[in-house]
Amino acid sequence: MDKCIACGLCAQKCPKKVDDDYNAGMSQRKAIYLKYSQTVPLKYAIDGEHCLYTAKGKCRACEKFCPTGAINFTDTGAVVTVNVGAVILAPGYQAFDPSGIAPYGYGRIPDVVTGLEYERLLSASGPNQGHLLRPSDHKEPKRIAWVQCVGSRCTHTGANGYCSTVCCMYAVKQAVVTAEHTHGDGLNQTIFFMDLRSHNKEFERYVESARSNGVRFIRSRPHTILPGKNNIGVRLAYVTEDGGRTEEDFDMAVLSVGLEAPPDALELAHKFGIDLDRYNFARTSSFTPVTTNRDGIYVCGAFQSPKAIPRSVTEASAAATEAAKALLPARGTLAREKTYPPERKTTGEELRLGVFVCSCGINIAGVVDVEAVADYARTLPHVVCVENNLFTCSTDTQVLIAARIEEFNLNRIVVAACTPRTHEPLFQDTLREAGLNAYLLEMANIRNQNAWVHQKDPAFATLKAKDQVRMAVAKVCRDYPLASMSVPVVQKALVIGGGVAGMTAALDLADQGYPTVLVEKSDKLGGAAWHLNTTWKCEDVRAWLGRLISRVDNHPSIQVLKNARLKSVSGSVGNFASDLEVGGNPMNVAYGIAVLATGGAEYQPEEYRFGQDPRVMTHHQFDAELRERAAMVQQAGSAVFIQCVGSREPGRMYCSRVCCTHSVMSAMRLKELNPDMRVFVLYRDMRTYGQREDLYTRARELGVIFIRFDLENKPEVYQEGAALRIKVMDPILGRPLRLEADYLVLASAIVPHDQQELTELFKCGVNPDGFLNEAHPKLRPVDLTVDGLFAAGLCHHPKPLDEAVSQAKAAVSRAGVILAKAAMQLDAIKSEVTAACDGCALCLDVCPYRAIKLEEYGDNGHARRRIVTDKALCKGCGLCEATCPKEGVTVHGFTHDQLKAQVDAVLEALG
Amino acid sequence: MSEKFEPVILGFLCNWCAYAGADLAGVSRLQYPPNLRVIRVNCSGMVHPNLVVHALSKGIDGVLVMG
Repeated sequence: MDKCIACGLCAQKCPKKVDDDYNAGMSQRKAIYLKYSQTVPLKYAIDGEHCLYTAKGKCRACEKFCPTGAINFTDTGAVVTVNVGAVILAPGYQAFDPSGIAPYGYGRIPDVVTGLEYERLLSASGPNQGHLLRPSDHKEPKRIAWVQCVGSRCTHTGANGYCSTVCCMYAVKQAVVTAEHTHGDGLNQTIFFMDLRSHNKEFERYVESARSNGVRFIRSRPHTILPGKNNIGVRLAYVTEDGGRTEEDFDMAVLSVGLEAPPDALELAHKFGIDLDRYNFARTSSFTPVTTNRDGIYVCGAFQSPKAIPRSVTEASAAATEAAKALLPARGTLAREKTYPPERKTTGEELRLGVFVCSCGINIAGVVDVEAVADYARTLPHVVCVENNLFTCSTDTQVLIAARIEEFNLNRIVVAACTPRTHEPLFQDTLREAGLNAYLLEMANIRNQNAWVHQKDPAFATLKAKDQVRMAVAKVCRDYPLASMSVPVVQKALVIGGGVAGMTAALDLADQGYPTVLVEKSDKLGGAAWHLNTTWKCEDVRAWLGRLISRVDNHPSIQVLKNARLKSVSGSVGNFASDLEVGGNPMNVAYGIAVLATGGAEYQPEEYRFGQDPRVMTHHQFDAELRERAAMVQQAGSAVFIQCVGSREPGRMYCSRVCCTHSVMSAMRLKELNPDMRVFVLYRDMRTYGQREDLYTRARELGVIFIRFDLENKPEVYQEGAALRIKVMDPILGRPLRLEADYLVLASAIVPHDQQELTELFKCGVNPDGFLNEAHPKLRPVDLTVDGLFAAGLCHHPKPLDEAVSQAKAAVSRAGVILAKAAMQLDAIKSEVTAACDGCALCLDVCPYRAIKLEEYGDNGHARRRIVTDKALCKGCGLCEATCPKEGVTVHGFTHDQLKAQVDAVLEALG
Repeated sequence: MSEKFEPVILGFLCNWCAYAGADLAGVSRLQYPPNLRVIRVNCSGMVHPNLVVHALSKGIDGVLVMG
């Protein structure tokens, strides 16, 4: 495997074609192949089942043509034994196979595909290079239907009762991407759904924007898909909400298939001795959401329950925290430092530039003429090597760049590809591996800021890409080697908020040996969880909460500060310091990281006669009734729940996520107390995601009546005599219903606490709803935008208790990356005094980080003054550089000379 | 292209907000005219007025400082 350079000659020469699993069998690959073009490590593999030599004993073409002798037919599988202290099971899921649902015609009708197949059809690395073509006649489909809940929320044989959680949003995303990909008249994207479950952060707004951009949503589960004429296209038969039977033609149909436990779930469970639930997902408790019943065995991702990427990534970090705790005594004993070859001295060398132009599949090449850009780069000064790569970020291209650096003795590199914000570190690493200083690199952002935003104007986009490359070349010629320095880390943590998330984070930090200060603004730990009776898995919240508080209170490494407020924040990642006010007394604390877990509160409704009639209450209030006055509740003749109170409305355009399940749980409790009680749930979309769907099913079996309403036609609550009445339009009967309620429970929204003071202190941001913004929803779901800060719990977005716990554990894992080491490498982009400084001190006033000081020095017997920068405080913002009237201070990587060179390169475009 | 006046706009975009926003515009496939040439800066506050004056005096059609 070490010899393979992934040149692809083997696959080119291999005579045997095989259906490509990666593209869901919609394209073909060879018997020697790459699983996908960005696979790591990038090495070709032989498919032993189809290889002519391994199967029939003849051919060996690949061996003959391989330029490096990398083909080894005698290589066989081997059993490897590793000794480990913890195991994390993350086998993922398998997609539901819809072949068994005969009325949908999957397998018989070519234009019926699964969501995953459609994903490949849309993908640049898919069978049609991202050009959307339907399978039957390879024409671009204009009218496309998505059918939701295929294999999910269905109790028929072969299907699954639970909600697969991710399909609503993947269908909406596919519809939106389709609208971008397809052109012309008569376009139509239609999603057939039962309940639209867009409950995660920012999803509600995304759906609204899809709706306003023309994606059609029809609330119906089509019963049959018929083939179109000559088996091309499809005809969907469905029943509308008012009972009307309809048939509609589409060019193709996408089955939004659900997620199932992985095929080897039972075997894994048996091997590791862990429990599964009835659907073969790993069984965990809400309080320890990534811990199995067996010590040292943890789970994360879709094997625990169906979930999308952000929660999977969060759980992965949470599982890492559990494993880190289990392995605490062995921490660091097997760690190895990454080493690089010694840095080549390039000072004094003539400039020798290499320019690598990326096609990014068709992401760039589909718009920008990359070959013309490469040709243009060859004409630029000092450029001695130019390459065009399919994926410049792929492993084989890194090898290629390193090889070119050596071959051409390159000392400056330009990569024209995507954004340096995501990919600069990768290419910097390649330079270091090749013995060059990491800062002799520039990127031209010809994808995000060109090909993707000028899709309709290829000629101009190509012209712009050339300008961008010229600008990068101009700058890189003025780049010089930079060195980074390291600073000591305060290996202590600050946790703000003493609710479930904050306490969980504090305990896991302290358990790993990091002294932790837990700041709570009230006089009591526990937060919003005190209002809850049980989790959705029927676990007693208050008993557990009591134990959690007691552990926190008694932990030797946790200092709990109640009635405490943060007054100031200084420093940066690894070295923060804050003034606090604790019960009126000042104190200060130094810490390396902070976890923000400030929680959320129940929205206090202004609607539905809340506050005017004592029978109208929120979930928190009703939980208290159920807890303390169950005997009285039992007497009630009827109870009504109204969902989405304050959620999913203009001004609060998000789903509060927990309220559907909460209402279902409470409704079932009422039926348990008094089976004759009439219980109604008035809802917009029931969002009992994952295995919570079983509760919804069970509630209906118990006789709870669910009535849907629209935002435009909300229920009306009024008093008639002594009776509390609710009028609601039943969309199935098509007429208004009048209900009477002894209890009217409002499933009111979760709102964040006012975090303005805190976010101003930490300089981190919130979204339009006031929830803390993560650095990246998928890649860094618990990191905040400021280094060294992490978020957990309701302050990030509404979530049930189990998710708050896993998020807190994830924050600890991320924090551990910083806290585990006594010193931290700093960025090299810092300001520095130049010979032109005369000590005028103008820059001292503008520096927002107070990183600049004046110093005196002797110069041939004359006492002179100049500035000096504290590298640990300096953020490289360059306010000093822009303020200085004489170029007496500069920021490395953004010097006046480097910026001016780019300006001049732009001016060349003026001709 | 040559017959119609196409302005060349120079943009200094802060790496942490406006530049990230321009990247996000890409991810969101928001289409806009291809007349902007972006210089990434570590903070919009680092753009020296002399650079802006220089570009304008040499005939650039507009300068955006975004941060």
